Amino acid sequence: MTALLETRGLSLSFGGIVAADNIDFSLHEGERLAVIGQNGAGKTTFINICTGLIKPDSGSVMFDGKVITARSPRDIVRRGMARSFQIPQLFMEHTVRQCLELSGVARQRKLSLFTNLGKANDGPGVDHILELVGLRERQHELCDSLPEGQRKLLDVAMSLMLRPRLLIMDEPTSGVSTEEKHDLMEILMEALEEQKTTSIFVEHDVDIVKRYASRVAAWISGAVAADGAPDTVLADPTIQREVLGI
Amino acid sequence: MIKRLFITGIVFLAVLGLSVAFPWMRVPLIMALVYGTAALGVVVLLRAGQISFGHAMYMLISGYTVAFLSEAFPGTDGIVLVLAGTGVSLVTGMVLGLFLVRYRGIFFGMLNLAISMVIFTIVTKFYGMTGGSDGMRVPRPSLFGADMDRAGYEATLLIILLILAVVLVFSVQQFFRSSAGEAMASIKTNEDRLEYLGVSAKKLLWQGYAVSAGLCGLAGAFYGLSQGLVTPEAGYWLKSGELVFISILGGSAHAIGVFVAALLFEFVKMYASILVGGSWQLVLGVTLIAIIYFLPDGLTSLLRKKRQTAEVRS
Repeated sequence: MTALLETRGLSLSFGGIVAADNIDFSLHEGERLAVIGQNGAGKTTFINICTGLIKPDSGSVMFDGKVITARSPRDIVRRGMARSFQIPQLFMEHTVRQCLELSGVARQRKLSLFTNLGKANDGPGVDHILELVGLRERQHELCDSLPEGQRKLLDVAMSLMLRPRLLIMDEPTSGVSTEEKHDLMEILMEALEEQKTTSIFVEHDVDIVKRYASRVAAWISGAVAADGAPDTVLADPTIQREVLGI
Repeated sequence: MIKRLFITGIVFLAVLGLSVAFPWMRVPLIMALVYGTAALGVVVLLRAGQISFGHAMYMLISGYTVAFLSEAFPGTDGIVLVLAGTGVSLVTGMVLGLFLVRYRGIFFGMLNLAISMVIFTIVTKFYGMTGGSDGMRVPRPSLFGADMDRAGYEATLLIILLILAVVLVFSVQQFFRSSAGEAMASIKTNEDRLEYLGVSAKKLLWQGYAVSAGLCGLAGAFYGLSQGLVTPEAGYWLKSGELVFISILGGSAHAIGVFVAALLFEFVKMYASILVGGSWQLVLGVTLIAIIYFLPDGLTSLLRKKRQTAEVRS
């Protein structure tokens, strides 16, 4: 079975700091991978390389069997790989609904000078996602007015509007209170499940990882130190010492 | 919609009435509409968070196109000259835009200024072709095939510009609300996210740049026709500065703002020249400072405030 995402010998250094160290990695359709690691371990760098933000020094990235190394983020998104961000990336002067509508027309490639944004979109798609992520009540508010948790939800929702085959989420629960974390993850996982979207999420909270991941990859110094079932990886003494600080 | 059409009709008739009651007001009104059209081009870019300090170059390009054509083909109708001038500016904007949309912020603004100064200098120095700083005359052409005396010509230009202003306000407002227009506006707040939705921000900005160049070109053609003369001053950086002034005064929330601002600009300039002679710039400067202080988003922010007040009341 062809891997949905595959990297071979991916390496990148910033000066003397190795951010990606010969990473061989693969992800298959339907998996829900949690990426764990200390700050500076190279998790976000790996995401940035895969999504086209950074070019690697060497190695290759393949998505659905096709090489996408150093392709533009735009091209990679159009191939079906979307991402959300550690700091939510929204259009602050647009409303919640408009952000989703923009994502919708972007997916349908229906940007037009002659059709109003609201009419250019498939309305039910926007309404459904608003319902799914619980933002219907705030759909006409400016993104600027949303609290952090809802900004995170909207950031992911914008990516979901693209109906990607793979969604990479960089710390979707960071900046969200402990009480809200599980609610947020429940909403996200339900949405991913419904769209049958394969996902990677970077996470520091072990409880979240145990509960929502089907597979865990642990990063240490730019390399994958352990990769496998959550119970196995989280029980690994090296991972417990170096990553979890137990 | 009916209310808007009613207000538009009232404003239309009021301007026409003024020009009939006070014939001396025709030229200032024509110039206000010309500057409003050009500033509308600058506002299109402001929506994307970009400002050009050189957009008067498209007025110059169009104005000289009109002058060259009316010299090379005497008797060409004014409407044909306007279409040709606008077309040349539009194409120039499309070509220059390919390079300029790679830059943002101050670099975008200053590169436009630099190119406008290069064009200004070329036009000034090629005296044999362009008449240098003396410029080129634009003999009064026929309009829609009819030859007119000066008064009829000015009145017809005013009516054409008024109709055009109404059409442009509705069209540009439609562009602002369109999916491409809203996407272009999002360049202002988060261009990276736009790329991560699979949309090319450069392509969107290029479209907006072409529209803005076309609008300035349209204004430049009417500038040439109404003045009967085109000089390099039409593309000088001070003229670009005036367009930016009007754009900031009007704001980018609604396309109508620049026409109101252009009227205000033209009449403040005129009366300031009469009242304080050589210090009219001081009055304009103070006006701009007051607008930025009290209405940082320009005159059109009044419309938004009115809408918000109505929402709160309801």
